[in-house]
Amino acid sequence: MTDASVLDVEGLRVTYATRAGEVLVLPGLDFQLRAGEALGLVGESGCGKSTVALSIMRYLGRNGRIAGGRILFEGRDLVTLDDAALRAIRGRRIAMVYQDPMASLNPVMTVGRQLMEVPMIHEGADAAAARARALAMLGEVKLADAEAVMERYPHQLSGGQQQRIVIAMALIAGPALLIMDEPTTGLDVTVEAAVLDLVRELRQRHRSAILFISHNLGSVVRVCDRVGVMYRGELVEDGSVRQIFGNPRHPYTRGLLDCLPTLGRDKRDSPLVPIAGQVEPAHVRRAGCGFAGRCAHVEAGRCTVRPIPASVVDGEPGHRVACLRAEELEHWTRRRGAAAAAHDAAPAAEPVITVHHLTKVYEPRRRRRRFGAPRPSVRALADVDLAASRRHTLAIVGESGCGKSTLAKVLSGIEVATQGGVTLDGVEVGALPIDARTAVLKRKLQMVFQSPDSTLNPSHTVGYAIGRALRLLQGRAPDDLAGAIAKLLEVVRLPPGIAARKPRHLSGGEKQRVAIARALAGDPDVIVADEPVSALDVSVQAAVVNLLTEIQAARGATLIFISHDLAVVRYLADHVAVMYLGTVAEAGPVERIFAPPYHPYTEALLSAVPVPDPEHDVARILLEGPVPSANEMPRGCPFATRCPRRVGAICDDTPPPVQRPAAGHRIACHIPADELQRLQAPLVEPAPAGR
Amino acid sequence: MARFLTKHLLFLLLTLLVVSLLVFTLNEFTPGAVARKILGAYATQEQVDHLTKQMGLDRPVLVRYVDYVRAAATGDLGYSTRFKLPVKDVLFKHLANTALLAAIAFACIVPLSMLLGITAGMREASRLDRAILMFSTVVASIPEFALGVFLASVFVVWLGWLPGTATLMAGGGWSVASQFVLPVAVIVLFDAGYVVSMIRASMVEVMQRPYIRTAVLKGMPFRRVIVRHALRNAMLTPITVIMLQINYLVAGVVVVETVFAYPGFGRMMLEATLFKDIALIEAGALVAVFLAVLTNILGDLAYIVLDPRIRV
Repeated sequence: MTDASVLDVEGLRVTYATRAGEVLVLPGLDFQLRAGEALGLVGESGCGKSTVALSIMRYLGRNGRIAGGRILFEGRDLVTLDDAALRAIRGRRIAMVYQDPMASLNPVMTVGRQLMEVPMIHEGADAAAARARALAMLGEVKLADAEAVMERYPHQLSGGQQQRIVIAMALIAGPALLIMDEPTTGLDVTVEAAVLDLVRELRQRHRSAILFISHNLGSVVRVCDRVGVMYRGELVEDGSVRQIFGNPRHPYTRGLLDCLPTLGRDKRDSPLVPIAGQVEPAHVRRAGCGFAGRCAHVEAGRCTVRPIPASVVDGEPGHRVACLRAEELEHWTRRRGAAAAAHDAAPAAEPVITVHHLTKVYEPRRRRRRFGAPRPSVRALADVDLAASRRHTLAIVGESGCGKSTLAKVLSGIEVATQGGVTLDGVEVGALPIDARTAVLKRKLQMVFQSPDSTLNPSHTVGYAIGRALRLLQGRAPDDLAGAIAKLLEVVRLPPGIAARKPRHLSGGEKQRVAIARALAGDPDVIVADEPVSALDVSVQAAVVNLLTEIQAARGATLIFISHDLAVVRYLADHVAVMYLGTVAEAGPVERIFAPPYHPYTEALLSAVPVPDPEHDVARILLEGPVPSANEMPRGCPFATRCPRRVGAICDDTPPPVQRPAAGHRIACHIPADELQRLQAPLVEPAPAGR
Repeated sequence: MARFLTKHLLFLLLTLLVVSLLVFTLNEFTPGAVARKILGAYATQEQVDHLTKQMGLDRPVLVRYVDYVRAAATGDLGYSTRFKLPVKDVLFKHLANTALLAAIAFACIVPLSMLLGITAGMREASRLDRAILMFSTVVASIPEFALGVFLASVFVVWLGWLPGTATLMAGGGWSVASQFVLPVAVIVLFDAGYVVSMIRASMVEVMQRPYIRTAVLKGMPFRRVIVRHALRNAMLTPITVIMLQINYLVAGVVVVETVFAYPGFGRMMLEATLFKDIALIEAGALVAVFLAVLTNILGDLAYIVLDPRIRV
């Protein structure tokens, strides 16, 4: 790549006006992007990644202001361009793909019209020409039946299709620079893999430079040539993908990699190391290194005196790091799991909670909404059998719509079983709604939800929220609470002073800790956690995951962990159930699930997980075919319509038999387990021996 | 769509039946006999008894109600004791007058509110936005009669440009058209103030949506972003409220009609109530309810037309 640079950001300073005064968000950023090159920007939320994107687009809103520096794009400074000149560049030379494609598309306009607008604005194309261009572009992003898709409204498309539309809209004018801001966040892992592959392919064809912003290190590896690691608005390290992931020099980069659960890591032999502390608020700026406050290698008087210049790493041209001690730190090695299958011998304790033949059918409620035709009944769970033992973690994985959240609802009594049931400590609770459960039963099973923002009442203090749970579940007197609240906060590693605060003053991680403390108030036997860490940054996620593990070990509780993130599940779980369309496709001990023989669906899921390691190169199994809607369950195997290993008509017509290739491991598939074993390669990096 | 309409029209019919029964029985149970209400305080007991018998008021309420509904179905709504005319004639004459006033007002309110609301909301907290917000808040908070009296004292008493009453009679040297100016102005100012703030709030919210950002960053001129992408989305929430204004304009402008002596539906109802003209009250109440339900259906329909996510 010797082409001239497309984008040259020099000393970019951006401030936001807040109630606390002007806050410097980007204190002076420098980077370059050459034609056809893909640069990934990574970092935790609040580190200024999106501000970089919006500065380039000159769309900072009323509060944002570019206070200094230049953004040279094809030789012109975007900072000083007037409106008309900007308009000529936006959408034509620089285009953007956003997070949450549904929200980025106009809900009341057909996607065809939204696509056609771009050539109509920029090239004065007439409707027929614009339509032809749009159709061709839809073909390029591999949307089948483009003619029909043109006439649809965004809500009539799936998340993956919507994102393809947004990508098509960005590429239709052939931009020199494509900015992608978290383009796959919120998509299912198989959809994410397909979108990333598409981006890779289109990149080669269109030769657009890409600025790829993501908090997911794995997806950056898949798309980018270079990576920039941002912390508090500064680029602390940048270099090629191999340089950054193979030899990270900055303590923050290392911290990000160390706290990231990967498919090879297990809580028993490779614990996650969260980064100490938390990101300081943007208005606090100290002299010297921005990361000093959280860095384990900080040297007072040296790191905290003056701004840290970026220097090139010895022997690695193009690898820059902004750390004074970079050369002094020892070489970094990737943490890997030890030999698997060592835990098979774990004694099978008696189950605390069992789910037997559980079926949940949602009947269409009459007059459920003001408009809309009556809906058919939806079978969210079909004949699910599961068990979780004391002190163990049962993880339930699957893509959205697989029934995992419905299962959590039935367990906790928010919904009741249609058929079959749930036995909690010998008591049948499947048919008991939460109001009909005794205080003892409620105490035994508690929930932690995905979004602590919406589960903590914003007008109550943390102490009140926990105290209320203590009163209701343990029958404590109101004057006897303070000590118990402080003790619970200590368990979740929060200072006691936090009890007097309201949720809005807490960070996302702190809120989730409060939610966990509240669930612990009843000293539960079973904790059901529904995606408890998916909304958190990786370092916070690591801390919360570790906390859950510790609490579980200390209290001997059973954890039912619902997640779409296979890496977290691999790390945390003892047993795993893989769900697809309301059925259990595969279940068993975690080591068995993550090694062949796999259920073909598990295999596809695993191959789709973006792995933050450039050396890891596994052929992805792309799932074709539509997901059957939950109201027309196939007669045979639910996965038959998308299965890459489908054997024939038997898959469509006959429900698959449950095979048991090993103790406690079951796979629902027509292909014999030993044949699956023979066909499948291991998808998880085998751990090197001797560690 | 057919399902939706049938369902809602049946619901409309049912509502009318229930309301008519309620109004009918309510009139029965308020203090004083019906005949006494009709004849007034100075009639002798003999006269009252006579009328009671003549009107068949000594029969059970339900029997009389069924008779009433049967007659109403053939177009006979009874006899107005206040106007000494069949209810039908009185009602529709006043209703037509009000409909004219309402139509003119509505034709002003909708474009005016859309223009002001969209302009204000497209740049939140700009000077223009603050000015429009201030204007709409002020006019919406002045009571109609105060606004009416104020405008009348300026344009009628002080400047002498306009007539102070709107009797729809060409006498007095004022054309009928000129008589409409003040009542329409009062209604439009008062009602548009409210609708403007609704549209503005919706527009402010829409402008913060990611799809507006998408449109701007496509390189689209701002005006085109507003017209093509923001306008329709911004009208989704207010459209039902706008349709409900029809209901207010027909059945709720009693004050304005009274201030300007306008021979409309609101003033007719007021007089009917003061004179205990039961047949007219009943028929008027039915018309008001009919309008209320009908505008609701219209609002829902408009919403369905604007929002492709809703399909019936």
